[in-house]
Amino acid sequence: MEEPATSMLRSVNDPLRPGVNSSGERVLSIEGLRVEFRLPDESTEVLCGVDLTARPGEIVGVVGESGSGKTVAALAVVGLLPSAAHVSGGSVRFFNENLLDLDSRQMRAIRGSRISMIFQNPRASLNPVFTVGRMLREVLLVHSGLRGRKATVRAQELLADVGLPDPSAVMRRYPHQLSGGMAQRAMIALALSSSPDLLLADEPTTALDVTIQHQIIQLLLRLRKRQNLTQIVITHNFGVVAELCDRVAVMYAGAILEEAPVGRIFEAPGHPYTRGLLSARARVEQSSGIRSIPGQVPELKNRPTGCSFHPRCEHARDICRVSTPRLESSAPNHSIACHRWRELAQ
Amino acid sequence: MAAFVARRILLLIPVLLGVTVVTFTLTRVIPGNPIDLMVSPLASEETRERIAENAGLNDPIWIQYLRYIEGVTRGDFGDSFVTNQPVLDDLTSRFMPTFELTLFAMLLAIALAVPLGIAAAVWRGTWIDHVSRLLAVFGVAMPVFWVSLVAIYVFFFLLHWLPAPQGRISVMIPPPDRISGLYTIDSLLTGNWQALKSTVQSLLMPAAVLAFAAMAPLARITRASMIEALESDYTRAARSLGLPESSIVFRHALRNAILPLITMIAIVYGYLLGGVVLVENVFAWPGLGRYVYNAIASSDYPALQGFILYSTTVYVLLFLLVDILYVLLDPRVRL
Repeated sequence: MEEPATSMLRSVNDPLRPGVNSSGERVLSIEGLRVEFRLPDESTEVLCGVDLTARPGEIVGVVGESGSGKTVAALAVVGLLPSAAHVSGGSVRFFNENLLDLDSRQMRAIRGSRISMIFQNPRASLNPVFTVGRMLREVLLVHSGLRGRKATVRAQELLADVGLPDPSAVMRRYPHQLSGGMAQRAMIALALSSSPDLLLADEPTTALDVTIQHQIIQLLLRLRKRQNLTQIVITHNFGVVAELCDRVAVMYAGAILEEAPVGRIFEAPGHPYTRGLLSARARVEQSSGIRSIPGQVPELKNRPTGCSFHPRCEHARDICRVSTPRLESSAPNHSIACHRWRELAQ
Repeated sequence: MAAFVARRILLLIPVLLGVTVVTFTLTRVIPGNPIDLMVSPLASEETRERIAENAGLNDPIWIQYLRYIEGVTRGDFGDSFVTNQPVLDDLTSRFMPTFELTLFAMLLAIALAVPLGIAAAVWRGTWIDHVSRLLAVFGVAMPVFWVSLVAIYVFFFLLHWLPAPQGRISVMIPPPDRISGLYTIDSLLTGNWQALKSTVQSLLMPAAVLAFAAMAPLARITRASMIEALESDYTRAARSLGLPESSIVFRHALRNAILPLITMIAIVYGYLLGGVVLVENVFAWPGLGRYVYNAIASSDYPALQGFILYSTTVYVLLFLLVDILYVLLDPRVRL
């Protein structure tokens, strides 16, 4: 079957992609997701009830320090958790399907075709002994059945679409012959080869220079504009969130502590942890220096009782030590998991 | 590429010179007097003295060395004290039997070890991984001559499946016409099925014994480098693209794991050339191993030195081949 050259720009009314145009529908809806790492002698819960949704065309940011469980959550969605990790509860709905019910063959058919992922270290994510063209051709063969001349033409289109000049030259290159930015673009081209509905971007710009970071962010924004691509962007960088995302979820020790539209998070952060993260950023107009959050992210096997942030929280009270706060709505579209958000808001 | 190969072959000269210095010195220092071999034990002191004089053994050691080197450059490695043949002719005629044995042993080892290593990496921690580890331990721990004897006892004496140690081919069957010098290939090419059957039967046991020893390191390196490749970022990315697991294991991961495997194959092949000395003796294999064993036992200096030069050259060329394969297989390696 001949793929139209504009298929990357597939209409949002495409009947093959249910729900893309119905605004109430969700592309992804994670509810109460629990993941634990099982070792022979102990098991550690790394995600304890994560809720996250993404609507069509939305770019959702997930922020948090290293070890907060952001990447584990993304890997759980695509079914690529390391072998020691097990999903112990919750659901991951992709349109109307619970991905956790699918077997590995069904998951594989979804990966790379309807849900794709890009990673932090783009050059290490490309096989060092294969050319970019070789990778693209294999992915196109597996998901679209394209081969030969058609595959080459499509591969060149994909590379041009992610802003790589001279696609046919890039096709012949090996990963070590690409810059980090080019490698990330090539990875994005691979991820988008069969026009997925959802892109999971795990720290897509962290390993790149600042100017290249900005270009990749512009590319991701363009993809949303052009093909209404829903994205979940994992980052620890609030700058990336501000530039790229519509909504942001703040993760800490395997749980989401606050979720709000991006503008709201910067104007009125509700959770003490979010406030801490925001004041830990360097700002040009700032004179008082950077304030860091005291203490460290807890080890997950010694998770504090109650609110997992209480040992580092200057507002902690007795209740924070015993009872785990749930996410509650503080304003439309804004939820906070903190016992004291009302008092702190004043 | 041609310049690289030429440069590496030129590099052989200093390597071989260094080797001759060491072997020449060592063979002169270790105990044992070659005159005892060259003349009858009943010969008079005068005769001994005259023969030593004629053989140049009375000259200062550096004169002997220079004379030796001068001969080597003309392709004259000296005559063996034992066979009284030119050493180079002796070595050349014994090279092919050893090459045939070690080649088949290596192919057998690779054919068994690589799938085993891949399986152990893919199904890590399962019974297949444990079996592979156990085989590796046995392969390394059991001396080849002992395994040879056990194999002969079981497969010849008890089961009568394979012939007695009889060299390369049964004494009752004339060897195939010489084309390559490898009996298997030659009997195939000439359609000599009788010779082929006997050759394969004779080859099977010694090759399997050597392969058993060679398998262990190959299976271990395959497992280790497959695990590394399967846990790499590019494998995770390939999985995230929905590629089938068979492609991930056999194309994406194996293609990377093959590089350390090639180096290990070369190292193990060198080790095999040592192990073959014992195996050839047990199986009456008329190869280099038996030749060098006899040379050591009888202080046959020219034969010993010639063999060491010969095997050094094989080593260096083998590793040159490895480097060339790296250039061909790993795009990151440039000349």
